[in-house]
Amino acid sequence: MDLSDSPEDAEFRARLREWLGKVLPTLPPKPSPDDWPGRRAHDLGWQRTLYDAGYADVHWQASPAVRLIFLEETERAGAPYVGANFVGLLHAGPTIAAEGTPAQRARWLPPVLRGEEVWCQGFSEPDAGSDLAALRTRAWRDGDDYVVSGSKIWTSHAEVADWCELLVRTDPGAPKHRGITWLAMPMDAPGITVRPLRTLAGSAEFAEVFLDEVRVPVAHRVGEENDGWRVTMVTLSFERGTAFVGEVVACRRVLGELALEARRNGRWDDPALRRRLGALDAGFRALWRLTQWNVSEAEAAGGPPGIGGSVFKLRYSQARQELYDVAADVLGDDALDLDRPWVADRLSSLSYTIAAGTSQIQRNIVAERILGLPKGR
Amino acid sequence: MRFRLTDDQRALRDGVRGLLARRFDRTALRSAVDRPGRLDRTLWRELGAAGFFALRLPEADGGVGLGLPEAVLMFEEAGRALLPGPLVATHLAAGRVPGAADGETVVAAVDGGGLVEWLAEADVVCGDAEGARPLRSVDPLTPLHRVPDAAAAVDPVAVLLTAAEQLGTATRACELAVQHARAREQFGRPIGAFQAVKHLCAELLVRAEVARAAVYAAAVTAAPADIAAARLLADEAAVRGARDCLQVHGGMGFTWEADVHLLLKRAWVRGRRAGGGAAGEELLAAELLSGAAR
Ligand SMILES: Cc1cc2nc3c(=O)[nH]c(=O)nc-3n(C[C@H](O)[C@H](O)[C@H](O)COP(=O)(O)OP(=O)(O)OC[C@H]3O[C@@H](n4cnc5c(N)ncnc54)[C@H](O)[C@@H]3O)c2cc1C
Repeated sequence: MDLSDSPEDAEFRARLREWLGKVLPTLPPKPSPDDWPGRRAHDLGWQRTLYDAGYADVHWQASPAVRLIFLEETERAGAPYVGANFVGLLHAGPTIAAEGTPAQRARWLPPVLRGEEVWCQGFSEPDAGSDLAALRTRAWRDGDDYVVSGSKIWTSHAEVADWCELLVRTDPGAPKHRGITWLAMPMDAPGITVRPLRTLAGSAEFAEVFLDEVRVPVAHRVGEENDGWRVTMVTLSFERGTAFVGEVVACRRVLGELALEARRNGRWDDPALRRRLGALDAGFRALWRLTQWNVSEAEAAGGPPGIGGSVFKLRYSQARQELYDVAADVLGDDALDLDRPWVADRLSSLSYTIAAGTSQIQRNIVAERILGLPKGR
Repeated sequence: MRFRLTDDQRALRDGVRGLLARRFDRTALRSAVDRPGRLDRTLWRELGAAGFFALRLPEADGGVGLGLPEAVLMFEEAGRALLPGPLVATHLAAGRVPGAADGETVVAAVDGGGLVEWLAEADVVCGDAEGARPLRSVDPLTPLHRVPDAAAAVDPVAVLLTAAEQLGTATRACELAVQHARAREQFGRPIGAFQAVKHLCAELLVRAEVARAAVYAAAVTAAPADIAAARLLADEAAVRGARDCLQVHGGMGFTWEADVHLLLKRAWVRGRRAGGGAAGEELLAAELLSGAAR
């Protein structure tokens, strides 16, 4: 068991740290949360900066250990988050890299890396959330196109996306997992209506997407027709992999800030509050170590982080919500003031046990696929 | 960074597991329960011969010359087997108390908490046990004395090895729960097919795996804050894990004949040792203020 960097990893870390120190002070200020065009431009700009410095593909090419160092150092330095690039960089891109044809890789991957195109994820539907394979959006062949009709919901960043990783039903007669196809849909195609949905935090983070006979070229299909469920599992394995790792570092930083704030406003004198902060710190320390463990195991096995990601996600989503609940105790009455720091974060943390697979679904995965308990209904 | 067990560490763990399976199987566990307060001296010497106590002593001093990570793996196995006795105290006394290293001497210690384990069976007691009075221990496998002035400094290694034992017990609780959930049938199917049971088992695993990462990392860094964190998570994994395991067992779990209560009671006893609970949380809180997290 070794927690120290290898010489090459240490060199990567040192170079990255030095570069971040130089480049971060030159970045434009963060746009306000409701300024979507501004946020898109900001996130794409950061990706372009990474591209120019040779770090754009760190999530795809590098060893898991290097990816971890990248997430740790960028977060520690306060670099921008992937933001609008989340889907393209962390799951659509890797899926296309793994399952796409050479032509598809050449068409879609470079613009993601260069910070030119934003992707969104059109998986969930009003009647297909946890039970994703119940999706009903239909697609039928017409010449060289699929014609798609139906609707998607909770689509994050749909308003500013250029492409959508879209799941459609191509064979309504087949068993529900068998008739699904994975398509790359251009978001400017005729027949697409995006209707922003307000989140409980008040922002328009996600949207409903209505599809009325939208034409998507057959050449945009990733994987075989009706083999989309398998491709989807590839996508989800990336989504649940190391995607949340940088955030653990961020949570520990917030915890330190909360301690200072509590000392400033006198609540530090309450031993019950101190103890909760200490207990949370233990949890975040452990989550960071668990990540290092998962990454080391994945590296040894030569694959992406496996279902161990569900273990991490379960505990992390809970810890993140506890963190902001403690923040509310530190803030006292100010916890009800949306202009105070951490209050909006508290609201958005409520999505963590829902998005990317609810905690109940993750527990099923852990119980059935790791512990081997019988499948239920 | 290669944060995984080396081949040697795996071999050591498997070796200890094998030894305990041979020498302290379920029959031995239950007969120890039937003879409360008595330590198996022969087994103690065998543990000594296997290097359990001398593991971290330099080879020049007759030890095995290994480090904290290896000690943690051994104590995890001890916790998994519910091995009784003042294991941590004797391990820490090796090299300082004659006979401790090879298991000839049984050493108890006043660790800064208010209780001493195995005082009456010990040949040597480290710390001031003046005025110690026996209490009727909740754990049939750990006799306890209360000491009036337990002011000893807390040894971080003792805190870490306790965490390792708790981790082992948490792992055992998860295994027992899953075994039972697969085998026991109600309503015409294994109870493990029901989500309410499935989710208890999943949380058992999550707590144990998170604790494992923390305990192993603390063994590598030996930093007091890492050790405090490891102990808190391992205490949680063992105590809550044993409770959930009991719940999964239903009426069987409330039965003396089943081993589940032994897991919970031992986890409670270890949870009262110095360095856990409030002390650990306060240590980490102070660390937050010092800015170490940022
Ligand atoms: C902030 C946010 C962003 C999102 N972004 C996207 C996106 O970009 N693209 C996209 O496709 N989707 C997105 N989603 C959707 C997300 O994936 C779904 O919300 C999620 O999978 C749950 O589905 P649902 O909302 O339909 O809830 P439901 O599936 O209806 O679940 C409701 C409740 O029932 C429980 N439940 C359901 N089935 C079971 C079961 N078998 N066992 C036990 N309990 C069960 C759930 O745990 C939950 O508590 C986003 C969601 C959020 C909150």
